[in-house]
Amino acid sequence: MSGVRMSYRDACREALREALQADARVFLMGEDVGRYGGTYAVSKGLLAEFGPQRVRDTPLSELGFVGAGVGAALGGMRPIVEIMTVNFSLLALDPIVNAAAMLRHMSGGQFSVPLVIRIATGAGRQVAAQHSNSFDAWYAHVPGLRVLAPATVEDARGMLRLALADPDPVVIFEHAQLYNREEELPEALDVDIHRARVRRTGTDMCLVGYGGSLPKALQAAQELQAQGLSCEVVDLRVLRPLDDQTVMASVRKCRRVVVVDEGWRSGSLAAEVVARIAEQAFFDLDAPPARVCCAEVPIPYARHLERAALPQVADIVTTAQTLMGRRT
Amino acid sequence: MIEFKLPSLGADMDEGTLLEWRVKPGDSVKRGQVLAVVDTSKAAVDVEVWNDGQVGALRVQPGEKIPVGAVLATLLEPGETAAPSVIAPRLAAVPSTSRHAVSPSARRRALELGIDPEAASGSGVQGSVTRADIETLARARPAPASDHLQAMRQAIAAAMSRSKREIPHYYLSETIPMDAATAWLQRHNAALPITERILPAVLQIKAVALALQRFPELNGFYRDGGFVPAVTVHAGVAISLRGGGLVAPALHDVAAKPLELLMQELADLVKRARAGSLRSSEMSDPSITITNLGEGGAESVFGVIYPPQVALVGFGSMGVRPWVQRGVPRAIPLVTATLAGDHRVSDGHRGALFLAELRDLLQRPDALAHSGPDSSTDTEGSLPWAANAKH
Repeated sequence: MSGVRMSYRDACREALREALQADARVFLMGEDVGRYGGTYAVSKGLLAEFGPQRVRDTPLSELGFVGAGVGAALGGMRPIVEIMTVNFSLLALDPIVNAAAMLRHMSGGQFSVPLVIRIATGAGRQVAAQHSNSFDAWYAHVPGLRVLAPATVEDARGMLRLALADPDPVVIFEHAQLYNREEELPEALDVDIHRARVRRTGTDMCLVGYGGSLPKALQAAQELQAQGLSCEVVDLRVLRPLDDQTVMASVRKCRRVVVVDEGWRSGSLAAEVVARIAEQAFFDLDAPPARVCCAEVPIPYARHLERAALPQVADIVTTAQTLMGRRT
Repeated sequence: MIEFKLPSLGADMDEGTLLEWRVKPGDSVKRGQVLAVVDTSKAAVDVEVWNDGQVGALRVQPGEKIPVGAVLATLLEPGETAAPSVIAPRLAAVPSTSRHAVSPSARRRALELGIDPEAASGSGVQGSVTRADIETLARARPAPASDHLQAMRQAIAAAMSRSKREIPHYYLSETIPMDAATAWLQRHNAALPITERILPAVLQIKAVALALQRFPELNGFYRDGGFVPAVTVHAGVAISLRGGGLVAPALHDVAAKPLELLMQELADLVKRARAGSLRSSEMSDPSITITNLGEGGAESVFGVIYPPQVALVGFGSMGVRPWVQRGVPRAIPLVTATLAGDHRVSDGHRGALFLAELRDLLQRPDALAHSGPDSSTDTEGSLPWAANAKH
């Protein structure tokens, strides 16, 4: 699989295939993951390859099949539960938060829930408000969960295996806009599920993004470079627990920071990151930390309005320029 | 309403920079209290107020450069009530409008570099000062310490040039036997801990002050084309600073004070001058300057008068040298006292009599130790030694 150009979708599929091959306790479960091949065609072909015991279509009940996944994990299996989109995951909040995230604590360490939940997230496809939410920050709020946001093909390929190896529940957010992205997959994977990553080095401005916002931040950095502004781009990757060290190191170097987040501004993950920057790197700042977030509206259906509501490259560029003051 | 103005803290001063306020609006203040610290080119000076009152409005913010005579603050006289509609809004407005936005990073860098961040021009967001602005400023000006030294050099240059341009100096010198004084000091100091021992310089300063009582034309100021004698002797004591340059702040009312007190005050004055925390009255009050080269100095010093003063008394280093007394040569401690006088105000003849008086006073150290302002009228020792006129 290494050394080739690959789509994010294919990387997710290869990761699933590898997991199903490697461990008989692993199975994939969710709506339309089998016969339909997954709403985003991630599990296409896996039913034929592994059979209905390992790739299971479920009824249309998130509460039911996520709960079943928690039970299977408690019973010694290594379930991968796919929730079609984060919008529907609200129906499964109880098994995720009250059961999966808390059982180790509630049982005094006697039970662990080695459950992996894959969730497609994000907006930008004109599927209207109820199918366009970003609730990443809600899950990142919950102790007991590890929350991952692979934003590169490499992370999409490598994070699943590490998530399955974690004895506690892991939520993986796959931004729907990323599935078609193609990138070179390195010969040897360099993936972990603990640290943020510097995706581009720079000196004047730190751009923090994750998931679907990372490509936008990288694009903005490239445009700003053309204007003589050297941007560093930090990919959070792990939304819980946050890797403060990598973020602060970059902020201390650049002294200015823009956090890009597709979630609504109030109570967003960007809010948490900015708060931590204020707490830990205040005396290194040369400008107030800035955020580029989703407008606080239900995501509009109309194309131009949806574009206007979501963080765009131009917004990041403008915000970064503003933070530079007279310089630009 | 009293206006608290920036006083001239020396002839060479025409502006100062407010460093900090020691009071805030509403504080009651007493005459002599320090209200503000102002940086002259020579030192950070505590500026005192000359009236009792209550602080009304602070008109100047720290960091602002203001000319001598500018109103720093307004005070309400005792009994006077504030007109809140006028003063209160003004006070409320000042901090918000004058606050200079400095980024946290810039502020920290400024601290490291010893730079006033408010002095930098801001290139950052909303005109704020950034780390880069601080570093630009740091590169643009020399290190602050040498900057201050340079300013002091310029101040000394201005004052001394003015002195030599305007004041027709005459110079006299007189060798003074110090055997009696030295013996007296040895006896007096023998029983005292080191910190309380009296230095020869204190005896000399006291002797100058007592001698001046009979020569008022040497103690005072030349202002607006005429001489204004000073009421008491505030001796400006020349103190060289460790970094270079010198100041000559006042020992107040020297004639009336016992030696022990003068010694304490001199030690305190030297310490504070070197720490850069002198009071405004000490900077502006001296009515004559006394310079003492001390041990290791030259044999005599012919000083340049510090305008608007009209005289400077110098003492060279004291040393054991041959001296003829009643036809017998002896080796005794001698010091050469000199007078630089302003010929517009006094003449060499009077100057010579002054030096003779000074010499005689130093032969009677016990009298110096116990004399108040009036005991110096005794002129028993007026021997006809001619003062050695240089000009």
